[in-house]
Amino acid sequence: MAAVQAYARHLRHVVTENPVTGAAFALFLLLVLTAILGPALVPFDPLQSDASRTLHPPSARHWFGTDQLGRDVFSRVVVATRLDMTIAFASVLLVFVTGTLTGVAAGHFGGWVDRLTGRIADTIMAFPLFVLAMGIVAALGNSIGNIVLATAVVNFPLYVRVARAEANVRRDAGFVEAARVSGNSEARVVLFHILPNTLPIMMVQVSLTLGYAILNAAGLSFIGLGVRPPTPEWGIMVADGANYIQSGEWWVALFPGLALMLAVFCFNLLGDGLRDLIDPRRRT
Amino acid sequence: MTALLDVAGLCRRFTVGQPGPIERLRGKRPGVLHAVDAVDLRIGEGEVLGLVGESGCGKSTLARVVARLIDPSEGSIRFAGEDIGQIAARRFARHPLRRSIQMVFQDPTESLNPRWTAFDCIADPIRRMDPGAAAKVADRVHELAALVSLPETLLQRFPHQLSGGQKARVGIARAVALRPRLLVLDEPTSALDVSVQVVVLKLLDELKRRLGMSYLFVTHDLEVVRLICDRVAVMYLGRMAEVGTVGQIFERPSHPYTRALLSAVPSGVPGRTPQRIQLSGDPRSPIDPDPRICRFLGRCPNGTERCGTEMPQLRPMGEGHVAACHLADAA
Repeated sequence: MAAVQAYARHLRHVVTENPVTGAAFALFLLLVLTAILGPALVPFDPLQSDASRTLHPPSARHWFGTDQLGRDVFSRVVVATRLDMTIAFASVLLVFVTGTLTGVAAGHFGGWVDRLTGRIADTIMAFPLFVLAMGIVAALGNSIGNIVLATAVVNFPLYVRVARAEANVRRDAGFVEAARVSGNSEARVVLFHILPNTLPIMMVQVSLTLGYAILNAAGLSFIGLGVRPPTPEWGIMVADGANYIQSGEWWVALFPGLALMLAVFCFNLLGDGLRDLIDPRRRT
Repeated sequence: MTALLDVAGLCRRFTVGQPGPIERLRGKRPGVLHAVDAVDLRIGEGEVLGLVGESGCGKSTLARVVARLIDPSEGSIRFAGEDIGQIAARRFARHPLRRSIQMVFQDPTESLNPRWTAFDCIADPIRRMDPGAAAKVADRVHELAALVSLPETLLQRFPHQLSGGQKARVGIARAVALRPRLLVLDEPTSALDVSVQVVVLKLLDELKRRLGMSYLFVTHDLEVVRLICDRVAVMYLGRMAEVGTVGQIFERPSHPYTRALLSAVPSGVPGRTPQRIQLSGDPRSPIDPDPRICRFLGRCPNGTERCGTEMPQLRPMGEGHVAACHLADAA
C-alpha cells in the first residue's frame, strides 16, 4: 500500500515537474480515451455514405466536413484512433519484448549470441526500412497482423542495439558481481539485475518507435498495403483526401493528417516522462 | 590455527592484444598477462590477512579468484578442506559453499543495484541461498541493519538516496547476511571519506569478532593493515614478495619492496619526514614476463647479477615469515 502511494506521488511529481511532459501525458490520455470510447460517442456511422452530402466543407453538423462518399470525416477520424493505436501498441510491444531480451542477452553473454543477433540486425538495417516493411506485408498478405509484424521487424535493430549496449556496460558492474556472490544464477542476474537497469533508456526508445510505428502503419495503408478501405484509418483517409486537395477540398486529408501528427507528437514528447517514471533515481 | 583457506600455486593469466588476421599470418602471438603467478596463501579460522601492493599488482584479481567470481588458470583453492578451485565460477553461484565465502566491494555506490531498495539488496542473498528463511526475511534484514548500525528508516530508500557510509553499511550487511566464514574485502574503505573510513573499519573489526569470520583484506593503505590485520601478504607484479605477521612485516621487513612501501607511509607528524626509499625505474611488464628474472629487478635499489638469472623463491625469514629475495637474511 505504501509502495502504491509512493508511486502515485512519483507519478504526480513527474507529470507536474515539466509542463511539456504534463501536456504529453494529457494528450496521451485523450488519445487512449478516444480509442476506447470514440466509436460509442461519434455522431455518425463512419461507414455510412450519403450521396447527397459529398465533399461538404466543415460545418456545425459535420465538424470536419464530409468526404467524397458523403461520410462524416470527424466520425471517421475518431473511430480510426482505435485501429491505429492498436497497431502501434501491438507492434511496439512485440518488438520491445523480443528486441530488448535479445539485445540484453547479446550484450551480457557476448560470443556467438552477440555475433548472430548483430548480423541479423545488420541485415535488417541494410534495407530501406519502409521498403522492407512493404515487402513483408506484400509477401505475407494484407492483414493487420502482418502490418504489426512488419513494423516490429523494421524496429528490431533499434531495440537490439540499444539494449545490447546498455547490458554490455553492466556485465561486470559491481552490483552484477555482488549479485553473483549473493547466489544469483546467470539467468537471474540477467533478468533481475541487468534488464531492469536498461528499462529507462528502452522507454525512450518505446516512445520514439510508437510514433514511428503509427507513421509506418499509416504509410503502408497510404500506398494501398495494409488496412483496406472502407475501414477508417488515418493513412487511407489521407490518401483518399490527397486527390481532392488540388480542387480545394482540403478538409478530407487535413484532419486525419492532423490526428496522425498529434499522435506522433504526443508519443515523442512522452519519452522523457516515461523514462523518469520508470527510473527510481528520479525519485526524491 | 587450522587453515580455513589454503591456496596453492594459484595462477591467473589473461590474454591481451589478440592479433588481427594479418598479424597472425606473420606469426604474432597474443600476449599473456600474468595477473597472479604461483601464489600460495593460507588464512586461518578467525584470522585477518591483509593483502597489500601497488595498483595493478594483481591483488584485486587474487581476491576475485578467491571469492570465486573468476576462475583460476592453475592451482588449487582449498576451502574448509574442499577444493573449490575446480568448480567453474558460473556454477559456484549455486554451490552450497557460496554462502560461506562472501565479498565486500570497493565502490559502495557501484556495488548496489540502483533500482533496488536497501532492503532488497540486503535480502537478496537470504532469498537466494536460505530458502528456509522465506517467512522471516524482514526480521533478518532488520536484525542485519541493526548489526551494521543502519537506521531502519533508511531500508526503503534507493542507493542514490543514501550517503557513502550508509551504502557501505548496506554492502557489508549484505555480505554478512548469511554468516559467511570467509569475507573477501576489496579495498572496502578506499572510496569513502577519511572520517567515514574509521567508522567502517571499526565496524568491520567488531563484526569479525562477533561473527567469528576470517577476512582477506585487500588494501593499499598500510595504516589500515596495522589497525585490523593479523598477518600481511605483500604482492608485487602478481607474485608474493613477503608474507608475515603484522609485527614481523612492520618491524623487520626483509624484502626491499616492503621496506620501500613502509617508508612511504606518512608519519602524521608535521615537519618530521621519515627517511624515504625512492624507487627509480619503471615496473617490469606483467605481459609475458621472463620466468628467470626477479619481478622487482630494475626498481630494486640493491639488485645483483643473480637477480637477473634466477627467480627468487619465498624463503623463511623467521617463524611464519617468508620473503622472496636472494639478498634477504633470516633474522
